[in-house]
Amino acid sequence: MTGAKPIIEVRGLRNSFGEQVVHENLDLSVRRGEILGVVGGSGTGKSVLMRSIIGLQKPDEGEVEVLGENMIDRAEDEAKSIRRRWGILFQNGALFSTLTVAENVEVPIREYFPYLRPPLLDEIASYKIAMTGLPPDAGPKFPSELSGGMTKRAGLARALALDPELLFLDEPTSGLDPIAAAGFDELIRSLQKQLDLTVFLITHDLDSLYAICDRVAVLADHRVIAVGTIPELLALDHPWIQEYFNGPRGRAAEATAEEHGKA
Amino acid sequence: MAEPRRTAGANTDGATYAPAGALTITRAATTQREIDGLPDPLTIDLSRVERMDTVGAWILYRTKRDRGAKIVGAGETEASLLEQVSEYDVPSRVRPEQRPALERVLAELGGWVADAGLTFVGLLGFFGSTLIGFGNLIRRPRRFRVNAVVQRFDVVGVRALGIIGLMSFLIGIVVGQQGAVQLEQFGAEVYTINLIGRITVRELGVLMTAIMVAGRSGSAFAAQIGTMKLTEEIDAMRTIGVSPIEALVIPRMTAAVLMMPLLAFWAILMSLLGGGIFVWLELGIPPLTYIQRLQEVIPPTDLWIGLIKAPVFGFIIALAGCFQGMLVEGTSEQVGARTTTAVVQSIFLVIVLDAVFAVFFTSVGWK
Repeated sequence: MTGAKPIIEVRGLRNSFGEQVVHENLDLSVRRGEILGVVGGSGTGKSVLMRSIIGLQKPDEGEVEVLGENMIDRAEDEAKSIRRRWGILFQNGALFSTLTVAENVEVPIREYFPYLRPPLLDEIASYKIAMTGLPPDAGPKFPSELSGGMTKRAGLARALALDPELLFLDEPTSGLDPIAAAGFDELIRSLQKQLDLTVFLITHDLDSLYAICDRVAVLADHRVIAVGTIPELLALDHPWIQEYFNGPRGRAAEATAEEHGKA
Repeated sequence: MAEPRRTAGANTDGATYAPAGALTITRAATTQREIDGLPDPLTIDLSRVERMDTVGAWILYRTKRDRGAKIVGAGETEASLLEQVSEYDVPSRVRPEQRPALERVLAELGGWVADAGLTFVGLLGFFGSTLIGFGNLIRRPRRFRVNAVVQRFDVVGVRALGIIGLMSFLIGIVVGQQGAVQLEQFGAEVYTINLIGRITVRELGVLMTAIMVAGRSGSAFAAQIGTMKLTEEIDAMRTIGVSPIEALVIPRMTAAVLMMPLLAFWAILMSLLGGGIFVWLELGIPPLTYIQRLQEVIPPTDLWIGLIKAPVFGFIIALAGCFQGMLVEGTSEQVGARTTTAVVQSIFLVIVLDAVFAVFFTSVGWK
């Protein structure tokens, strides 16, 4: 299916909050089956871009197509059929605080497949919890009892509940220790391969970019200034890109990636 | 994608299940039902499966695990998915363990009692630390945060004038109207003025003001301080060396203590105004007569009683609000719960104290 229509297509997007313009004439397309990293300085509207794509933020202008369907001004019940096909991990997990971790994972399944029997449902939830690297005793815990890293994993387990085609991750490794972050990267990569996922990954983590991203989109000056593999980006002469990838942290991440060989 | 067709055959040697097309979550309930309907020993043939997801793989895996089914004809992707699924077979409970009902009820009851006791002790401790805070400020008056207090005056006092005035005005009318209906039966409508005057000045003015301030400002204190607790602002203050009691609690408390009598006085005036308009329009008693009668029937001690209670109520409201705010820990959910508790606690304490005051003032002869 590669080479076909892009899975996400954004054209001429404009977002603003009052006087402050976040995006202006932004174009972006995400190919099926790739992991696209989205980077940019603070306040360049990475999260706002994600919110516009998933329909939480109504853009001033522009078109957004996800999985071949126009997302702007869609009726709620039409949008629902698209929502079933994606999973979203919010920056702070956004777990439902009155439900346990396992119940959180079951929410999307129950919503779309109410006929599944509870034993099977509980087993699927347990499986998703184990798959994201959570210990089995995390299932009956409430979100307030989890650490930051566990919250992210639980959020990922919920995002993966319906085996989505498209996965949105908003800074999945921020706040994790380096070992956990590396584990998370590996997990996303292997899931992506096995489940044929397309991943839209907002990150600040240079190691993640080098380790798992097929392409990287750079947000600056209210739009996507460049999309490409890291070597392609390095060939560009944009000051922010150069500073980002050639700064001390960028070089360290590159060295690590070379040492381990790209996953 | 073509509609999946399945074939299932059964003979004496067991059954063969051969799903076709997609083996995904969309068909999970059906697949499970079909598998459950087949006898052992079961063979599952995957050669006609085009697409499989983790839920499909899980159903196959659990069939293999629980019933010893044989899986044949798996392609490379299916095999690796099955293997991956089996790796993560770590059963996890969905809900926390529940204890027997009786034990739970007893535990909850015990929890409440312990909570009530600890809250009382905590409140006492908090009361003590505010007193220490006030003491420190008296010794070093320069540390008193005038700006913060003036800002609280505005929020607690000035901005409450509208709602408290309107509420009191309406209460004046209601007391007059209800009193008049009853007193008319004895031909004693003129005593409506006694009723309005004494009940609003002595009791209702300050009590209703306290309830409104608890709902408006006590809750705000708890929510503000609670949120600051969550965002670690209070910890930051402590590490810098600023005492949260001095910076947050004392300005709020001062504002509540000083604003309550003023608001209560305003409430009394507005109630008398409401009552006066009612008796003028309904009973035909002209305003001048109304005022004269008020002067005759309300002893000055009534006003003192009302205004002595007000700052005490203000103190209680600020104490409960700030105390509950300081107790917030962990999640944002707690802010809501603590705010509710602050309002309930302060209204309850205000009414208890009001009863104590009523008995006290009557027994010292201020009738």
